[in-house]
Amino acid sequence: MPPISRAFPDRASVAPANSAPAFAPMSARRLYVFGGIALIAAGLLFGDIFAVFILHQNAALQGEALIAASRAVAAGNAAAVNEVFSHLGNVLEDRGTKVDAHVHMIGAGYLALLLALVQPYIALSRPTKKSLAALFIAGGVLLPLGIFLIHYVGLAGSPFAAIGWASVLADSAGALLILVLTVQAWGFWQYLRSRQISEPELPAEDSMPSRALLTGGTVLVLLGFLHGAYYAGTLLYEHEQMETAILQRLINAATAGNLDAVTTEVNNFGGLAGARAVNIAAHSHIIEFGLLAMLLSFVQPFVFLSEKWKRRWVKVLLGGSVILPVFVLLELKLGLLAGGIADIGGLMVIVALMGMLVGILRYSGGLDVENYVESNAGEGAR
Amino acid sequence: MTGSRKLLIFGGMALAAFGMLYGLQYALFVEHQTLDHMGGSLAQSFAAAATRNLGQSQAALEQYGDTKYDYVRQLDAHSHWIGLAMLMIVLGVIFERVNFSEGIRQLVAFSLLAGSALFPLAVILQTYHHGAMVLKALAVVGSGLVIAGLTATAWGFARPRTTA
Repeated sequence: MPPISRAFPDRASVAPANSAPAFAPMSARRLYVFGGIALIAAGLLFGDIFAVFILHQNAALQGEALIAASRAVAAGNAAAVNEVFSHLGNVLEDRGTKVDAHVHMIGAGYLALLLALVQPYIALSRPTKKSLAALFIAGGVLLPLGIFLIHYVGLAGSPFAAIGWASVLADSAGALLILVLTVQAWGFWQYLRSRQISEPELPAEDSMPSRALLTGGTVLVLLGFLHGAYYAGTLLYEHEQMETAILQRLINAATAGNLDAVTTEVNNFGGLAGARAVNIAAHSHIIEFGLLAMLLSFVQPFVFLSEKWKRRWVKVLLGGSVILPVFVLLELKLGLLAGGIADIGGLMVIVALMGMLVGILRYSGGLDVENYVESNAGEGAR
Repeated sequence: MTGSRKLLIFGGMALAAFGMLYGLQYALFVEHQTLDHMGGSLAQSFAAAATRNLGQSQAALEQYGDTKYDYVRQLDAHSHWIGLAMLMIVLGVIFERVNFSEGIRQLVAFSLLAGSALFPLAVILQTYHHGAMVLKALAVVGSGLVIAGLTATAWGFARPRTTA
């Protein structure tokens, strides 16, 4: 057999010398890292699309439903009120399932990265670990897909009274994730009994990108905690009292047939819902991005890019992680302009994730080629 | 594995498992009824107003407010338990990079664990005693312990390496 030339001769210049044994091609760890980053990027992209095309339109539909309910109250039509609230439930389900799909996809991605970290401490055979990783990624994809479809599939063709096929898909995928985690826990228990790691630990890299991600991530999480504490201490109770007060004024205005006042109160209700939503979104996103940065600091040894590009992606990721939550908060003052900038922040995080994913793909591709060359050379010698 | 890492990893895993089990029992036995009750109360409030029964309308609206108060806290406690647990596990993996002596690291780890368990617990207890100052104070103490622990951790990461 003719010799196969190295496809990526410059790869060695950016390859950490001690990382190869810990990250063999097609290993469980590689599946978790690929799948985890891909799930997080897909979840963020879905969230960006949701924020641009669905979120504000859905809020407008909620406002319209409240005005329709108030008109029905003014007309003394209780049956129409119930009909409007049934429709409102449908609008809320549309929004809720999309938010849940976004959250669950990213959550599964985080768990996948976390599982990649703990693989040396899972005392199971390599094929079992690999099968578990494939099952986990499949569950991580099917769970949000099922949740997303709940609103569209409904109870069509379902033999159950209250559960549709999409819910069955989502629940089955959730059960699959629980099963995988249970087997991983059993593997961890086996490790505790033997105290022998089953594969090399992730190499500790003391580079600028790793340190920046670790410190930056911790600071982001801390900022998120401080914002959450501020919101809970100063605004949470006030907002809760305002909601029932606005609804009470809305009902009074509708009963008096004052439709101008109804419109004002519906706008107040929308404003309050917006204020709560942006505070909660800013709090949760900055903490999630902080956790993501910390998790990504562990996989930096396997991002096969030059130091310059690794630094660039870290800066883009941390920049986007600050821009998104800050401009989500500023939406109340600056309106859609801030919303647009926040979406760009989300896009920066996605682009940085894709850049790192490419770096990880470059690494494994190079190793595959090297192994292929070595095995063929061995066969040729025989 | 050092004591501080054990505390964070095992404490985090136990807290995550507890948070998930709590969420599972809530989703199976409480959540659907709560959501039905919440939506039903609001609809009933408007429907009663349509029939000009303002007393019933107000009572239904108050029920809606109370139910939502409980629902928000149940969900918050569940998500914060699991979220904080994940953070502790991640920190546990790299806690030797926090450049303090092991004694201080154990103190920081204990602060993170205690705060992560206490803060959501105080939030849940508020559903039994709406607006109780003691429980609000407990939640503040819990979140304060987590914030203090994380501040120390960030400082420890940023410090030059002097200890193992």
